[in-house]
Amino acid sequence: MEVGRSTTRVDAYDKATGRAKYTDDLCPRNAYVSRILHSTIAHGRVLKIDTSEAEKIEGVIKVLTCFDVPDIQFATAGHPWATDPAKQDIADRKLLNEHVRYYGDDVAVVIAKDYVAADRAIRALKVDYEEYPFVLDPLEAMKEGAPVIHEEMPDNILGHGQIRKGDYQEAIKEPGLIKVEGWYFTPTVQHVHLENHVAYAYEEQGGRITVVSSTQIPHIVRRIVSQALGVPWGHIRLIKPYIGGGFGNKQDALYEPLVAWMTTQVGGHPVKFDTTREETFVSNRVRHAIHSHIISWLRPDGTLVARKAELFSDNGAYASHGHGVVLKAMGSFPQLYPVANFESDAWTMYTNKPSAGAMRAYGIPQAMFALESHTEDIVTRLQLDPYEFRHKNCMPVGYYDDFSKNELYDDSLRQTMDKAKALMDYDRKRELYKNQTGPVRKGIGISLFWYNTAVWPISIETSSCRMMMNPDGSVQVMTGETEIGQGFDTVFAQMAADSIGISADKVHVFTNQDTDVTPYGSGAYGSRQTYVSSFAIAQTGRLLREKILKHAHSLTRMPLEILDLVDGNIVRKGDKRVLMPLSELVTEILYDFKLSDAIAAESTYSVQSNAYSFGVSIAEVEVDIPLCKVKLLDIVNVHDCGTLINPQLAEAQVHGGMSMGIGYGLFETLLNDEKTGRVLNDNLLDYKLPTTMDHPDLKAGFVENPEPTSPFGNKALGEPPACSPAPAIRNAVLQATGVGINTIPLSPHQLFKDFSQAGLLGTEEERLLRRKAYEELKDTVIHVTDQAEEKAAVDTKSPQMQPGGKE
Amino acid sequence: MSKVQYKQIQFILNGHEVSASIDMRESLADMLRNEFGMTSVKKGCEVGECGACTVLIDGRPYDSCIFLAIWIDGRKVTTLEGLMDEDGSISDIQQAFIDEAAVQCGFCTPGFILSAEHLLQTGKRYSRDEIRRELSGNMCRCTGYQNIINAVEKTMDKRLEEKSESR
Amino acid sequence: MYDINHLYEATSVEHAVELRVEQPQALIISGGSDVLISIRAGGLAGCDLISLYGLDQLRGVSLDPDGSIRIGTLTSFTDLSEDPIIRERIPVLGEAAATVGGPQIRNIGTIGGNTCNGVTSADTATTLLAHDAFMELTGREGVRLVPMTEFYLGVKKVDIRPDEIATALLIRPQDYQDFHGSYFKYAMRDAMDIATSSCSVNVRLSPDKKTIEKARIGFGVAGPVPMRTPTAEEAVRGKPVSIDTIEAFAAGALEDVNPRTSWRASKEFRLHIQGELARRCLYESIRRAGGKV
Repeated sequence: MEVGRSTTRVDAYDKATGRAKYTDDLCPRNAYVSRILHSTIAHGRVLKIDTSEAEKIEGVIKVLTCFDVPDIQFATAGHPWATDPAKQDIADRKLLNEHVRYYGDDVAVVIAKDYVAADRAIRALKVDYEEYPFVLDPLEAMKEGAPVIHEEMPDNILGHGQIRKGDYQEAIKEPGLIKVEGWYFTPTVQHVHLENHVAYAYEEQGGRITVVSSTQIPHIVRRIVSQALGVPWGHIRLIKPYIGGGFGNKQDALYEPLVAWMTTQVGGHPVKFDTTREETFVSNRVRHAIHSHIISWLRPDGTLVARKAELFSDNGAYASHGHGVVLKAMGSFPQLYPVANFESDAWTMYTNKPSAGAMRAYGIPQAMFALESHTEDIVTRLQLDPYEFRHKNCMPVGYYDDFSKNELYDDSLRQTMDKAKALMDYDRKRELYKNQTGPVRKGIGISLFWYNTAVWPISIETSSCRMMMNPDGSVQVMTGETEIGQGFDTVFAQMAADSIGISADKVHVFTNQDTDVTPYGSGAYGSRQTYVSSFAIAQTGRLLREKILKHAHSLTRMPLEILDLVDGNIVRKGDKRVLMPLSELVTEILYDFKLSDAIAAESTYSVQSNAYSFGVSIAEVEVDIPLCKVKLLDIVNVHDCGTLINPQLAEAQVHGGMSMGIGYGLFETLLNDEKTGRVLNDNLLDYKLPTTMDHPDLKAGFVENPEPTSPFGNKALGEPPACSPAPAIRNAVLQATGVGINTIPLSPHQLFKDFSQAGLLGTEEERLLRRKAYEELKDTVIHVTDQAEEKAAVDTKSPQMQPGGKE
Repeated sequence: MSKVQYKQIQFILNGHEVSASIDMRESLADMLRNEFGMTSVKKGCEVGECGACTVLIDGRPYDSCIFLAIWIDGRKVTTLEGLMDEDGSISDIQQAFIDEAAVQCGFCTPGFILSAEHLLQTGKRYSRDEIRRELSGNMCRCTGYQNIINAVEKTMDKRLEEKSESR
Repeated sequence: MYDINHLYEATSVEHAVELRVEQPQALIISGGSDVLISIRAGGLAGCDLISLYGLDQLRGVSLDPDGSIRIGTLTSFTDLSEDPIIRERIPVLGEAAATVGGPQIRNIGTIGGNTCNGVTSADTATTLLAHDAFMELTGREGVRLVPMTEFYLGVKKVDIRPDEIATALLIRPQDYQDFHGSYFKYAMRDAMDIATSSCSVNVRLSPDKKTIEKARIGFGVAGPVPMRTPTAEEAVRGKPVSIDTIEAFAAGALEDVNPRTSWRASKEFRLHIQGELARRCLYESIRRAGGKV
C-alpha cells in the first residue's frame, strides 16, 4: 500500500539539485522581453498616449497601447467554464485598459530586446489622462453618489447574498437575552509566492500560439487566452512547468492573454512577460479584505438563540473571483456554530484598488477571524470558559447541510480540540496566565475553523486521468491537475500505484501539464485536487486493471475472476501464485502480431460530493505592552482531513498554512495612499512577510477519520491550515492583556492604538494624552502628510517605484 | 548614446576556472543564469530581500541580484549545481532537504541550501535560534521554515558527530 | 541588467579621488545595496558610477598608535560584527551592525555606505554618533576629519566634498574606554527590516558604579538625520543610578526628538517607542557597566 506512507516527493531531487526548470529557466535566450506601463491614477480614462519618443529608443521592438488591443472583454477568474451564461464569471476587462480603475492598471506595453531598453521606453511614454474621482473604502463605494467604477454596475455592488434561517427578528424579542456585538476587520494581503508570475509565448505552425506560464490552472487559462484573443480554444497550447507557488494568485489568467497577443504582434517571435515583485503586489491579485459586523443574542447560560451577520467584501478594481469569496465566508457562520435563528447579508464592492481574487482558503480566514474573535468576546462578556463554550456549541456529529449534502460523519471539531489542548498544555497555561500584572504578559488562545473540499455543488468538479503502460511494467500517469509546490504529483503517484496494483516507484508522473497532451483538469484550487482527482485516478486505475487482466486471461488461460494484479505481478487469487510479471505481459501484448495493444486507459470523473474538513489552532503569546509587541511563543494546528495520503507531506503543508496564518495575524497588510490610491508597501521590505526569526517552531497534529465519500479516505488539506492561526493569536492576546483587538494584523501600530484606548500605556497623564492622540487617529489608514515630510521620515530603501521610474 | 562597456573577467565557478567577457551592467544573477546556464539561481525580488538568488562567494552567502557581475573577477562562486559531484552524488545537506520534506515549490530551495552550506562549513554548533538567524535572509512561503530548520540541524549534528569521531 | 551609463573602477584611494575630480557627475558605489536598488527603481537610471568595491585597503579594523579604533569604510557589517577589536573595545557597535538585514546583506553592505547615504535609520550611525566618532575623508588636499555630530547636513545629505571619498571611521580612546553601551533597533520584523525607531546609549559609571558620570544617546528615525539628545544627556550627568534617573533620561530624550508622521508610523507612536527605548537602553547600558538599578 502506497497510500498512507511518507514516500519521498517525486520532485524533491530535481528541486534540491537545481535541475527543476521553472518558466523563466525554459524561456528561449532570444525571446523579447516586455514591460507594462501602469496607470498612475486611481480612476480615469486614457485620452492619448504619445509613443513617439519610446519608439525611437534603441532596442525597442514595438510599443502597444490600450487602443491597439482586441475589443474583447473577458473574465480572468480561474473557474471552469459554465455553459449557462447566468453562471459565467464577470467579463470586465480587456488586455489593456482605456478606462483605468486602479493605480497600477495596465495601460500600454513595450516589447524590447532587453530590460534597459524596455524600462527606458516605459519612462518615455507620455499619457494624457482624464481623472475621475476614486473610492478606496468598500463601505463608501456602496453609498449613493460614489464614483461608478464599472458602467454595468452603477452601485459598485458586484453581488449581494443572504441567508435567512428561522426568524431572527422574532427570536431577539425573548426577554433576558444578552446582546454581544462587534465589528471585525481583516486586511488586504498578498500571496507572496517566491516565484513571480511569468509567461512567454510564441507562434507555431498554422498560427497556433504556445504559452508557457507559471500558472495553477493550465486548462482554464488556455480557454481564457482563446476567449481574450477571440480565437478557437484549440488554437492555444498552454504549458505549465514547475512553478514556485501560487496560493490562488495564479488561479486567474494574469498575463497569459497579453503575452499570447504580443507574440502575434511581432510575427510569432517569442515574447516574455516577467512580473516584478512590485507588480505582483499591485497588479496581480490580493485577498479580499472583509469587514464583518456580528450581533449575537444569548441566554445567560450561554445558549445561542439568534445571530445576525453583515459582511462587506472589498473586491478592488476588477471582478476576478468576485462575490464567491464572501459567499463562502458567510456560509460558514451558521454551520460552525449552528443556531436556529440566523440572518445574514453579504455584499461585494468594487473599489479603485488592486483586484482581489482567490487566496488560500477563499474567505474563510476572514470569516474565522471575525467569528472566533466574536466567540471570544461572547465568553469574555458572559464570563464563560472559552474552551467549554466552543465544545458545547460547535457543529455536532451528524450535522447535515442540504445544499452541499455535506454531513459531519465524525466528531471532528471536538476531537481536534481535545488533541490540541493536550499538545499545548492548554488548561494549565490558561490558569497560569490569569490575573497577571507587569508590562510583559503571556496568554493562550484557541480558534476553531470550518472548511470544505472542492467546490461542488457550486461549480463542476471534474477531473481526467490517463495511464499508459510501459513494457517494463512502469506507467506514465497524466492528469490536468497541477503540482504547485503542495506535493500533488507525489500523492498522485501514490494513489495511482494503489489503484493499479504496482509500487509508487513504478509510476512516472507527467508533471508539466500541456493542454496538447494532458487531459482536462481544473487545476489547483479549493483544496480540490487530491480529493477530486482521486476519483478519476481510482476509476482509471480500475479500467487499466480490467484491460491488463483481460490480457492476462488471454496469456495465462486462467479465468478473469481468479486473476489479480498485486505488486506488479499477475497472480492467481487462490494460491497467490505469481503467473507472470506485469512487465512481461505488457511487452508480450504490445508486440503480439494478433493481440497488439499499447495498454492504456483514460477516463473522466465528475464528482458529486463534498466533504467537511475541520480543525483548530491554539496559540501562546507573550505581549510586551509598553513596546506594543506580540511574540508568538508556541502554536499548534490539529486537523481532521481524513486519511493522510502522505503523512510527512501533509504535515509540511500544515506548517506552510500556519506560517501564512501567522503572517495574517501579526504582520501583513497592503496599504494605500489615501490621496492617490497608490499602494505604499509594494515590496518585501515594507510588506512584512515573516522571516525565519518571526515565528517559532510550528506543531501540527492530525485526527484521521477516513472520509466515507472518497476512494482513499482523504479530504481538503491545502487551505485549511491558514484559517485559524490569526484568531487564535488574537484570543491569546486578549487573555494576556484583557484587550480584544478586532483588526488584524496585530502589528505594533494596531497594538499602540488599542492599548492606548484601553489605558494600558504610561502614567495617568500620559494615558490621557494617549487617549487624545487616539481620538485623532481613529482611521485605520495612517494619513500621509505632504511630500517633504514623507521624504524626511524615509528609510534606507525608498518605496519601490514601478519599473520606468514613475512615482 | 554611449557604447556598452565590456570587461574580461576570470573566476572559479563551482570549482572550475572560467572566463567571460561581461557587459559591466550585468548582475551576477543574470550572468550566472544567462552566460553559464546556472538556472538554479532564482530571481524573486531583484532587490536583495528574498534571498532566492543567494550564491556563495568565497564561501559566504550573497544576494547575486544586487552584486555586479564584474566584481566576481578573481573570486570563487558556488551555485547549487556546484554541490553535486562529478559522478552525480549529492551533498548531505541536499539529501537532508529531500528526506526532511523541506522542499515544496522548490523556488527558495537553492538559496536556502547555499545559506545552510555556509553555516555548516564554519564547523560551529548552532542552536535552533542561531540557525534561524543564519537563514534569516532567505524567505519562504510554503514551508513555514520548519522542515528547513530540521534539515539543517540534522545535517549539522551529523557533521559534528563525524568530526568528533574522526578525532 | 542595471541601467548604468558608465562604470569607473577605482584601483586605489588616489585613483578614486582622481575619478571624483574627473567625473563630478558620477555616484559612488561601495557594496551596491543602496545604489543598485535606486537604479533599478528608475530614479538613478542612466547614471555614472565610481566603484570602490576593489579597494581592499579600505577594509578592516585596526588600532591607531594613540588607541583610536580605525574602521575602513569598506568594512562589511559581517566583518564589523565579528571583528575582535570591536568585540573587545566597543561591542555595541558590532551588535548594531549585526541587526542590519540578514546575512547576505551584512556581507555586501559597508559601514561607509551605511553612514554616507545619510539616512536617519542607519543602524551603525547612531552608535557612531553616540561615541563622538569621526569620519575621515580623503580628497585632493589630503585627509580631513569631520565629527559625526557635524557630518549629517540634512535629509540624505552629508559633508563630503566633490573631490573626497570617505576612507575611515575613527573612535578615540577617551570616547570608548570605560563606556558600556546598548543598541535597540525597533522594527516590525526581527530580520530583513529597517528601524521604525532606533536608539544607542552608552554610559560611563563612577568607580563605585553608583553614579552616572557621562551618558550619551543617539536616535535613529527620530528626526531627519541621526541625532543626539543633549537634554537627556545633561539630565543624568552626575546623577545616581536609579529609576528616577532613568525616567528623567527618557523624558529628556522626548524633549529633543522630533519624529514625523509617515505612512510607516505615526508621530505619537514613534514618540512613545522612543521614550521606552531610551529607558531600556540606559537600563541595559548601566547593567553592562556593572551598575544596579
